[in-house]
Amino acid sequence: MSDLQAIRLNVNGVTRAVSVEPSASLADVLRQELRLTALHLGCEHGVCGACNVLLNGRAVRACLTLAVQAEEAEVKTLEGLSAEQIAVTLKECFRKFRALQCGFCTPGILVLAVDLIAANPDPSEEEVRDWLSGNLCRCTGYQPIVGAIIEAAKRLRGAV
Amino acid sequence: MAQGSLIGQSLPRVEDDRLLDGAGCYIDDVALPGMMHMAILRSSDAHGRITALDCSAARLVPGVIDVFTAEDWPQDMPVIPMRLIPLESSVPFLQRPLAQGKVRYVGEPVAVVVARDRRTAEDALEFLELEIEALPPVVTRDQALAATGDALMVPEVGTNISAQYQIGRGDIEDAFARADVTLKKTFQSHRHTAVPLETRGTIAVFDIAAGKLTIHGASKVTFFNRAELAKAFNLRNDQVDLITSDIGGGFGVRGELYPEYYLAAEASRRTGRPVKWIEDRREHFAATNHSRDVDCELEIAALKDGTILGMRGQVRADMGAYIRTNGNVVPAKAGQFLPGPYRVPAFACEVLALVTNKTPVGTYRGPGRIEANFFRERMLDCLADELGMDPAALRMKNLLGAAEMPFDTGDLLPNAQKVVFDSGDYPATFRKLLDECDWDAPAQVHSDGRLHAMGLACFNESSGGGLYENARISVAASGQITVSTGSSSMGQGVETAIRQICADALSMAPERITVALSSTTLLSDGVGSFHSRSTVMAGSAVGQAAAELLDQARGEAGRRLNAAPAELDYSDGVFRVMGQSDRSIRLSDLSAMLSDQGGLDVESRYEQAPLGFSFGAHAAHVAIDPGTGDIEVLDYWVVEDVGRVLNPALVEGQTIGGVVQGLGDALYGELVYDDMGQLLTASFADYLLPTSTEVPDIRAVATGDYPSPHNPYGFKGAGEGGIVAVAAAVGNAIARAIGPAGDAICQTPFHPEKILTLLHAAKKGKQ
Ligand code: FES
Ligand code: FES
Repeated sequence: MSDLQAIRLNVNGVTRAVSVEPSASLADVLRQELRLTALHLGCEHGVCGACNVLLNGRAVRACLTLAVQAEEAEVKTLEGLSAEQIAVTLKECFRKFRALQCGFCTPGILVLAVDLIAANPDPSEEEVRDWLSGNLCRCTGYQPIVGAIIEAAKRLRGAV
Repeated sequence: MAQGSLIGQSLPRVEDDRLLDGAGCYIDDVALPGMMHMAILRSSDAHGRITALDCSAARLVPGVIDVFTAEDWPQDMPVIPMRLIPLESSVPFLQRPLAQGKVRYVGEPVAVVVARDRRTAEDALEFLELEIEALPPVVTRDQALAATGDALMVPEVGTNISAQYQIGRGDIEDAFARADVTLKKTFQSHRHTAVPLETRGTIAVFDIAAGKLTIHGASKVTFFNRAELAKAFNLRNDQVDLITSDIGGGFGVRGELYPEYYLAAEASRRTGRPVKWIEDRREHFAATNHSRDVDCELEIAALKDGTILGMRGQVRADMGAYIRTNGNVVPAKAGQFLPGPYRVPAFACEVLALVTNKTPVGTYRGPGRIEANFFRERMLDCLADELGMDPAALRMKNLLGAAEMPFDTGDLLPNAQKVVFDSGDYPATFRKLLDECDWDAPAQVHSDGRLHAMGLACFNESSGGGLYENARISVAASGQITVSTGSSSMGQGVETAIRQICADALSMAPERITVALSSTTLLSDGVGSFHSRSTVMAGSAVGQAAAELLDQARGEAGRRLNAAPAELDYSDGVFRVMGQSDRSIRLSDLSAMLSDQGGLDVESRYEQAPLGFSFGAHAAHVAIDPGTGDIEVLDYWVVEDVGRVLNPALVEGQTIGGVVQGLGDALYGELVYDDMGQLLTASFADYLLPTSTEVPDIRAVATGDYPSPHNPYGFKGAGEGGIVAVAAAVGNAIARAIGPAGDAICQTPFHPEKILTLLHAAKKGKQ
């Protein structure tokens, strides 16, 4: 086993000291050391997007990010977004559109959608589908997720 | 609130709040004190004799606390049994938790390492020295049939045929003798699997002192699995608990009694520690059940006017290396559903199950049906072409009508179980689909340079089954109601459905009801969630338990209120003496008064009635780029009569999700093996799933026109109708789009290269 490295992670607005292996992924550290289990591991390979977190406001794959790489950054997981207006609105719309079934993909998709709406407050259906194409969902067929994100963006723009 | 008023409403899902907050509890979210982690050495050879297996180096790796192999198993290693359609001839091909003497597929468990963390356990696998003397791999059906000597899976059995039987009805010789037209074709449905987003996992806690085995991360069929695990570890049923959690998609593959449950339990027994196992994605592709992989030689006989006289053929399923808990479901259902929702007066089919050196096959949403629907519906389009008929008209002519219900299908199953289509008017429902998709409108002219066409497919689908289901309802003094059923959550909204039915039956607000599903600690017995049975069976059980509970409560209320039970009105959790609103008593108070007898707490068993059959039809609009062979599905329609509809939004969600799964299966995902039995598609880079940019607009209509007469609510299952006819409808659309070359569209998946090859060959033929 390799030597542990002491790092400081700023997660959801709180700075925490953790000892990690240099090769440990951010996903493993968040889930196991900090017990932030909203993010899920569907592939550990960068394909499914279930592990998305915000790193300085942008959605990234926590399974492909080393914990040590996140040291200077601001990390946000779904837990830390819960009270923010974009996330609150998204959740309302996900509920309304039935945009989740098993829920395993949902945290990663919500995190992505927060990034999307922050970057593009008025996305077209095509743009939403493009963004979403990096996230796998095996249950919903995507249609309700796309609808929910568009509706959330609309509500946040005050267009409804 | 009146009873019956909640049935048919799109109530919001109970599951959503916790899942949207990221507060769901999936198996990898569970951590127990002192927990160790297990990794499994799996065979990298498809077929071979184990000549040496040295664990000494792995045992010395720091952090490793135990290593074991088949040799270390205390008694005879248990055999993992068949739960469904068990046939005597399949018994020699059952699997044990670890390979003994031989390995028979890439991914077969050979040894187990237990260590203080997952990474250490996985790294220590490298130190296990396994030597295998290669045996000839069998990777195709034809090889399985030809196999002799060392190529036999179990040489003592003398054959790689694990099941073989004949089904049929009517006079098949006569049908073919009278026919104006006969057609014969060979079809194939490729090997693929469900790929839920969450891989499998479990935590086993074997407390030897207390004589207790607890398995976390269970699902689907917890009571069956409990009984088998109890047997394997010499425990009584009540010494084994299976605890369910949130799961990231089931789709038929999750929750079966896999080798890993036994391995985790044994690892915990040996080490005295809780032992966790989480499958990784690569492992998942080789270790979790595969499905489909069936071919079929099919012949059809018809009159000039399109009347089908008969169908005959042979269905051959590649079962992989072992017969698992799903027994012979895949081949049996592929045979049974071949005649489908049509009259087909004469039918004869041989069903063959063959073992090969590949991952074992089990059920995946729509097992056997996907295959049968594809074979038959493609055949019908070919017949329509041959007769110069509209494919819709041909179907209309042969679909079973309301006057023919109930329809006895004859002997189509190996265990002589009688199957009768209960209700429906198939042409009427099919008509709705044709109207939805505007089938009769003149063909549109598309100017995008692509080849456009629509394709149709019909199906019917059984649901329910599994002998019985239990439900328990208890009333707390606080007024909170708790309902449990033997069916577990499979990630598709079962909790919501159960709560809705319970609230309806007790005529109270759904918010007052808590659903606690399927952990074996909650009920004395139960069956589980499969075959779209949760709403049908568990729902009926809940309705029955509620009625019994209210009956008991009514008697008690009468005694306390000095009134005859018949004089009492009940609603919203309160009994009132009719016409005297001040003389009343609440369920919660009654329960408190009965606390010395355990309060109001009823467990009820709903016994199986005959199966219900839903009927539905799909239509797909595809466009094909003649230059690249690229296939785009532009539009998709599903109309299904699901009996009485409990929660329309849940049904719609299931249907759309099912269609998209089916599109991925028909167009992308394929488990490919090379000649040596190596699995070539064991990652998301090689096994492609549909993403948001590839799926069309899907219109799903669930009608409730023909309730099932066989359960109190009239439900028919709705979990599989979205997926079961996708390969068929898309295949028909592609075939129509590419014209005469389409005659060769007989195999899934439909890849652009294949389409191009067909188009080129057709061009050459013309020149
Ligand atoms: S787990 Fe990170 S992308 Fe799949
Ligand atoms: S809701 Fe199950 S994977 Fe998306």
